[in-house]
Amino acid sequence: MEQPILELKNVSSNYGNIKALKGISLKVFPGEIVTIIGANGAGKTTTLMTICGIVPLREGEIYYRGQPIHGRAADTLPALGLCQVPEGRRIFPRLAVEENLEMGAFFRKDQDDIRKDMAYIYSLFPVLKERRKQHGGTLSGGEQQMLAIGRALMSRPKVLLLDEPSLGLAPIIVQKIFEIIDDINKRNRTTILLVEQNANIALQTAQRGYVLETGSIVMEDDAEVLMNDPRIRKAYLGE
Amino acid sequence: MEFFLQQLINGITLGGIYALIALGYTMVYGIIQLINFAHGEFFAAGGYMGVILLSYLAAHGYMTTHPWLCLGGALVLTMIYCAALAMAVEKVAYKPLRYASRLSVLLSALGMSIFLQNGLMLTQGVYDKPYPSSLGQGGFEFGMITLSYLQILIVVVTVVLLVGLNALVFKTRIGKAMRATAQDKVMSSLVGINSNKIISLTFALGAGLAAAAGVMVGLYYGSVRYDMGFIPGIKAFAAAVLGGIGNITGAMLGGLIIGMVEIFGAGYISGQYKDVFAFIILIGVLYFMPTGIMGENIDDTRV
Amino acid sequence: MIHESKKIWKNYAIGLIWFFVLLWPLLGIHKDGSLTIGRAFSVWLYVLAGTFICLSLYTLHKNDILKWTGSPMAKAKDRVTAAAGALPNWFWVLLILTVAVLLPLFSHRYAQDVAINVLIYITLGLGLNIVVGLAGMLDLGYIAFYGVGAYTYALLNLQYGMSFWVALPFSAFFACLAGCIIGYPTLRMRGDYLAIVTLGFGEIVRIILNNWMELTNGPNGLLGIKPPGIYYPSFAHGFSLEFLYLKKLYLLYYVILFICIFTIVAVYRLNFSRIGRAWEAIREDETVAELMGVNTFRLKLLAYAMGAIFGGLAGAFFSARMRFVSPESFSFLESAMVLSMVVLGGMASIPGIILGAFALIVLPEVFREVELYRMLAFGAAMTLMMLFRPEGLIPAKRVGTRSEERGG
Repeated sequence: MEQPILELKNVSSNYGNIKALKGISLKVFPGEIVTIIGANGAGKTTTLMTICGIVPLREGEIYYRGQPIHGRAADTLPALGLCQVPEGRRIFPRLAVEENLEMGAFFRKDQDDIRKDMAYIYSLFPVLKERRKQHGGTLSGGEQQMLAIGRALMSRPKVLLLDEPSLGLAPIIVQKIFEIIDDINKRNRTTILLVEQNANIALQTAQRGYVLETGSIVMEDDAEVLMNDPRIRKAYLGE
Repeated sequence: MEFFLQQLINGITLGGIYALIALGYTMVYGIIQLINFAHGEFFAAGGYMGVILLSYLAAHGYMTTHPWLCLGGALVLTMIYCAALAMAVEKVAYKPLRYASRLSVLLSALGMSIFLQNGLMLTQGVYDKPYPSSLGQGGFEFGMITLSYLQILIVVVTVVLLVGLNALVFKTRIGKAMRATAQDKVMSSLVGINSNKIISLTFALGAGLAAAAGVMVGLYYGSVRYDMGFIPGIKAFAAAVLGGIGNITGAMLGGLIIGMVEIFGAGYISGQYKDVFAFIILIGVLYFMPTGIMGENIDDTRV
Repeated sequence: MIHESKKIWKNYAIGLIWFFVLLWPLLGIHKDGSLTIGRAFSVWLYVLAGTFICLSLYTLHKNDILKWTGSPMAKAKDRVTAAAGALPNWFWVLLILTVAVLLPLFSHRYAQDVAINVLIYITLGLGLNIVVGLAGMLDLGYIAFYGVGAYTYALLNLQYGMSFWVALPFSAFFACLAGCIIGYPTLRMRGDYLAIVTLGFGEIVRIILNNWMELTNGPNGLLGIKPPGIYYPSFAHGFSLEFLYLKKLYLLYYVILFICIFTIVAVYRLNFSRIGRAWEAIREDETVAELMGVNTFRLKLLAYAMGAIFGGLAGAFFSARMRFVSPESFSFLESAMVLSMVVLGGMASIPGIILGAFALIVLPEVFREVELYRMLAFGAAMTLMMLFRPEGLIPAKRVGTRSEERGG
């Protein structure tokens, strides 16, 4: 039985004074794409922020590659290979595209490999290469999403956390982004935990899924099964 | 015309000083949204440390044998001292209040300002403390215009420091990390930047620049006082706001403008009210153009 | 528990070392070229002793070792507070009032002098409290209103021979006007900036007072201001009204006591009025208050102007009492002192501010020898208060928490 690369055990955390997560447990195995779907306010972002140590843990444990990471400072995680692309892209608006990517590799010391990786990102996203001296804030939504993903890739993550990559993007762009996500997973064997409101595309891309409702996991299964489940279809797939 | 040129020279000199002090305000505000009331005291401490070191060196005769080396050494040591002081102040008085109300940390800063000012007074005396006068006498004269060696020195040092800071902030990895942290603290943590260290560094840099300004002001005016940080502090803050708070280029520009306005105002309008011009600019900018000339550079995200 | 203490002690030790490194150059490098360690070391030892004791007590307290000494003391404390609480509030107010009124009978000039100072600062503190404590705006230039009030009475008295009581409302009016003038542009600004802009305004007022020779006589100040006077009925030669200048210290004491009580009552009423509620709403969360229909700008201006009024009243009394005013008395230092009283005593807490003023005036008098260290202690106290007890010595009774304190 393979060990999960990321595991949450009974995790509870608060958002301000509100109980955002109420004892959730989940597992992600190496090389998988797993998705957490849920409505607005279900606690999806809080989940990722708790994993990353931005939101403090109230109860429970988080394991990454078998080691506990709960209580660790957020800035130590990228060096371990755990990286998040947060909601709303959050690229550094007044840093150039190039500089945003450099920041993704901040903790790395291997200059040559960093250059190689940047070339790779530019080949993945040619538009970023065109705009590499422009300030991040001047890019369009889709371009910012690519930049955010590129920045995360610069850290050579083993596990990539993505928070609503489809948010605010046109369907064509969303399609492209998810193709890239799939490609990252296949090509680099990067494990992906994907949190999404757009359950449709999330369940198409992922292998397994969790359903989060007001802070609790209410369902967990293979993506295909979830996609065909009538309750899910009604609540999240718009039928 | 000659009067104008003289004022121009004086204005640039003073403007450089204000720019150095303003940078500390702007960088700290940019990164943690705090008006560091104690920043003026780093400037004053710099002035004092400069005179302490230079007097010591003068007593041993080194000032006569290697004046420029002494000055350079004293400058560097002073900047290091004030950087250490600023990091200590941040650790003790600001870091614990990082998530407290804005009012709390402002009051803590105010308390530190009063504490440091009085600390200087108690350890160094209430009276003006003179700089050893051997340096910087004389200069060039073009008719009615004088360009003293000291003025040239100040401008050169200021330019070197400003160019250095610019290079640090815009070209180096750590400088980009500083800008990233200022723009989005949470995200910078998520890419692996240790915000605490960056914040300490920001304080250290800002204080170091202010310290250099303090040494040069001490040299220029010949003496220092324990409360010398108060009014220049407010003017430098006005400069930072004028340039756009958080914006480094803005602070440099703002400092220059405030310096010019003060000198020209004193020369052409009224010498007595020269301190008022900077305040008027501050109020005007905040009322008509709060984001400043070059735009703000702060964390406009919410977690 | 114990290993948490270890971390605190480790940080403490590092802090002490840093402190020495920062302290020594200021005390140990001399202009005659010598380097000494003695003075720096002795100061450092004092600081070490003081902080060591405090930290030890704290650690013992945290580890519950002190409980056994605390227990009988705690029981006694509980009994006393229970007994005190049993008496109704008005009893205490009446008691303090009686003491205050009867004070001149059993004290001599020095105590009365101090008492007058305390009362002036209580008035100032309460006035500033309207701005800082009730409406939540940090004002660092409050002393300007004190100055405006003082100079208004001085000028009206010297130029037009106006009596104190007639001039009092003028002082209040001009201070209020100054408040509106300063407040109008400033109050639209972000909270952080308000502090420094008010600081700037305070300085501008002082500079103007210092330089406008024709009006204010500049740094020389204005002399020969007449004290307050009253008409009192005399039956010596049939009924007549005699005029008396209240020059005696205890008479002045009663004047300021009257002004102070007036201020306390006014602030108390404001605190519990609709306006007070609106101010609190602004303090807690301005955006929400705006959304709820509170005209934040007008109310902030009102707070500012009202605070200025009390400053003006205190100022008028000040110049009547000293019979001399100069711009020196209205520096930022004074503003900082009044602010410390409000903050240390407890923002928006009337008894807290009274205690704060009392402590900040009386304690330095008691510890005259360490007068030099007064401001140093102020500064440190302000920072320490924010770190350990931001609500002040006597916190205001409050429902709920500040949105900012919750990190929202």
